[in-house]
Parts: sequence; structure tokens; C-alpha cells
Amino acid sequence: MLLTERERLREELIALADQFGRQRSSLMPILQEVERRHFRISEYCMQVIADLLDLHPVEVHSVVSFYSFLDESPRGQFVIRLCRTITCEMAGKDHVARQLENDLGITFGQTTPDGKFTLQWANCLGMCDQGPALLVNDQIFTRVTPERVHGILQECRQTFGVHAVAGAKER
Amino acid sequence: MTSPTTMGKLTFDAVSPGVGLKAALAQPAAAVLDRIAASGLRGRGGAGFPTSVKWSMAAEADEADKYVVCNADEGEPGTFKDRVILSEFADLVFEGMTIAARVIAARKGIVYLRAEYSYLRRHLESALASRREEGLLGKRIGGKEGFDFDIEIHMGSGSYVCGEETALIESLEGHRGEPRNRPPFPIDTGYLGHPTIVNNVETFAWVVCILEKGAEWFKSHGTVKSTGHKLFSVSGDCSRPGVYEFPMGITVAELLEEVGGQGAKAVQVGGASGQCVPASQSDRTIAYEDVPTGGSIIIFGPKRDMLEVARNFLEFFVDESCGQCTPCREGVPKLLEGVQMLQQGACSMAYLKELCSLGETMRLASKCGLGQSAPNAFVSIARDFQDEILGRTGFGRRNGSDG
Repeated sequence: MLLTERERLREELIALADQFGRQRSSLMPILQEVERRHFRISEYCMQVIADLLDLHPVEVHSVVSFYSFLDESPRGQFVIRLCRTITCEMAGKDHVARQLENDLGITFGQTTPDGKFTLQWANCLGMCDQGPALLVNDQIFTRVTPERVHGILQECRQTFGVHAVAGAKER
Repeated sequence: MTSPTTMGKLTFDAVSPGVGLKAALAQPAAAVLDRIAASGLRGRGGAGFPTSVKWSMAAEADEADKYVVCNADEGEPGTFKDRVILSEFADLVFEGMTIAARVIAARKGIVYLRAEYSYLRRHLESALASRREEGLLGKRIGGKEGFDFDIEIHMGSGSYVCGEETALIESLEGHRGEPRNRPPFPIDTGYLGHPTIVNNVETFAWVVCILEKGAEWFKSHGTVKSTGHKLFSVSGDCSRPGVYEFPMGITVAELLEEVGGQGAKAVQVGGASGQCVPASQSDRTIAYEDVPTGGSIIIFGPKRDMLEVARNFLEFFVDESCGQCTPCREGVPKLLEGVQMLQQGACSMAYLKELCSLGETMRLASKCGLGQSAPNAFVSIARDFQDEILGRTGFGRRNGSDG
């Protein structure tokens, strides 16, 4: 990483710490914001955040590694989380999963080489009456079929630059 | 928001926000507490702890800083009623929290919203903003001198165990979501060490209904030990899945009839951590004293493979166990391995019994509800579906059929 980039990142983190407050209970909101902006929480970020909140970096790392919505390694702009819990499984999530893998050319847990998509499993998304369900960042899609996968991915590709789709819309 | 999934009329439809709070402000806090005690309301998250007892213990604590926390970390497989309540009746939830604040003398409320529901946040923030404008949150609520209370939303980051109240508090404080030893309970040592009540989304909404319609009205439904109505999230093999309101004490058979799930082979009551009720026991009642649930009802039709069900639930727990205590961390993968052996037709009766006794150890020795309830589904399937799971031939198949 270039020195100037590091400095910029550091300033950004200082601003976040000032916004949320420099106490331990601000750790999660700060990490969530870093994840949203940078699609990951790098070692460098963890170190700086630890310094700002007066924590040991291991403490920050232990939190990042615990939660499934926080990532150490870079994830894609769009994280697709397919629900694998029982009712979505009964509704045919395996076929949706296979088609997602086919259309993206990656398997679950991987990110596309262009950095656009990450494919992950999710535990119960709370859409059990409308499965199979998947989340793309914070947008929910229900009753997903293998045929619809291509359209969902195309929609993401067309909104490049905007990684978080605001508002709740259901298709 | 989300597409309407409520089936039939709900009590919440007819309750107008504002009335319950007004009633709560018109009487002393102790009287409000008496009313909730008289209703017999128990926690709607599933554990069923009497709401009035929790609140009165927090009310007695002599501290300036107290917290009201709404547990919106609805992660139990098969549960989605809190999503519907937050989408359609957010005002009732916030009002219930405000009433709780009045009872225990708290100044701050926190909604812990699961990351998977982040699309609800904007809607909830705007509901909070309009309550502030109407003077229902903020300083001098309802014109009452000294009654200051506000609510903020705190996002989760994708962890099922954070639905356990002490893990939730750990997460709020910026730690890993690892459950604490209890006691001390959150009512005296909660968020940042201060007295804290943690209640389910639905519990807060019912408090408002009780204050508007009275304890007697609430108590007139349900059973003696499980009073009132409850919301159920129904999914799986039935013709009308969705969110329903039923009186507590409804039998499994009656429920199946209502949702179009007749002919089911089994019903999972209470999600992955609940019990699997086979068709032969469909006269059992859904209530805290028989089969309890936080609302999750998953219906399995005659063709479902119960081993696949057990596998799915155990994979869920392998993923979501926090890893802190040994019985849960080591026990869950062992049970999953057992399911795989059963699927391959390679499990002796002696080993199956061994696994069930491991389940009992986990139930007794795990630190929190997750590990204590993780073996439930496996043990009930191993007990009630032996004819289906033993002696399989071929990989994951029953004799002569594809299962």
C-alpha cells in the first residue's frame, strides 16, 4: 500500500472514531462502516482502529473473525448470500446455488476475479415462507429460481459503482 | 417493505399506537407492572420467562443508568414474525419499549437489529423520527416531567448466538458474541454493567395491547400457564405459509388444519433448537408447558427425509456455535458425523444410543441455550423415526427408493 493511501485511510478511520466515539462499544459500528466502504477490514485498519480505541489489535481481530458479515480478506462489491436453512433447502436452494456457481464461474466462498461478486451461504434469512431467498448486499430476493439468477446478476452489473442498494425492495 | 405475509386478522391491526402509552403514563409505574403481571405475559422469544418478573427486578435496581433492549436478532430457522412486526407494527414495538422504560426508569433503549434485516433500518429510523416529532420519544415524554427516553438502532453483524441475551449484550459492547455466565443476570449486570432488560420484539408489542385492552382480555385466551395469543411463523409443506396469530395451547393438529398442512409426517416446533413432533403426537399443545416455541413452525410432508432435516439443523449449529464451551463446540460436529453415518447406513444401535447420550451431556453441560438445545432435533428424530433412519442401504437412500 502506498504511504499516501495509508495516510488517507488513517484519516478516514480517525474521522469514524470521532463520529462514533472512542469507546469499545463503538467498535462494531466502526467496523461495519469500514466493511461497507472498503469491502474488507484489512490488518492495517484493525491496527489503526485498535490504537484509536485503545485496544489490543488482537481484540479487534477477534471481533472481525467472529461475525460473518465482517471480512478480513477482500470481498466483492456485491455479496450474494444464499439461505441454506431448512425451508429454503426444501424449496430448492440447491438448484439456485448450482446456477449461481455456473453463471459466476466461482464456487461458494469465492470472489470473482474482477472483484464484483462474492458468493456465500447464509443461515436463515427470515424469508422461510417465500424461499429460496438470497440477499445481495442489503437487498432481499425471494422465491428465487435458477432462471432468475442471470437477471439478478445482470441487474447488479448495471448498477456498477453503487455497491449498496438503498431501501428495501422485494421482487 | 416486505410483501404481506400475515394470514388473517392480527390483534396488532386494531391497536392504535399512543393509547397504551397514555394509559401507562396515567398511572404509577407499579400499577403498570401489576397489570402486566396480572396478564401472565411471558417472553415471546421462546424461553417464556415472565415479563413482569424481569421488569420488576430491573425496576428495583437502584441505579441511574438502566437500559431497555429490544432483541431483533431473529435468527431461529423458520422464524420470521419479528420481520413482519418490525415492518408493519414498528410503532407498537417502540411504544412497548417506552412503557418498559417508564416501568424500570430507563433513559435509553437499544434495538439490536440483525444484519440480515438491514433493509428494515431506514423504515425503523423514520418511525423513530416521527415518534420524536410527536413527543413520544425524547425529553418529557407525554408532558411528563423527568420522563426522558430515546431509542437507537444497533446493527448486528451476522451471528445467530447473539440472539442469546448475554451474547447480545457482549456484541453491543463491541465484543465477540460469546454468552456470559449467568448469574449475574442482565437485570442487574447488563449493558456496560448496568441493569438491562432484554425482550423480544413481539413481547413489547403485546405489552401495548395489554395496556389498551386490559389484563383480563389477554388472560381470557390461551392456557393457565401460557396466557394470550402468539404470532407463529409457518413454513414448509403446507398450502398457506405465513405469519398467523393463534391462542397459546393450540394443538399441532389444529394448527396444521388452519395452515393447510394436513397429512404432514412431522412438525418442527421452535426451529432448529426446538422439538420435532411426529404425526402420531399431533394432539400435543404448543405452549410453554408442553412444546414451547418462539414462533417457528416448520412442516414436513410425507416424502421428506428426516435425516436430511437433522443434517441441515446440525450443519446450522456447527456454523453458529460460538466455540466457547466444549460440549457444544465438540458435540455438534460429532452428532453431524453420526447423521452422515446413518445416511451411509453405517451406524449401529449402540452407537446411536451413544450419540443420544452425548446429546444429553450437551443439554446439561453447555453454557448457553444454543448448546443446550442443539441436540434436540437430532435426539427427537433418532427416537421417533428409527424405522426410517436405521439400516439404510446405498448412499443416503432407503431400500428401493430415493428417500
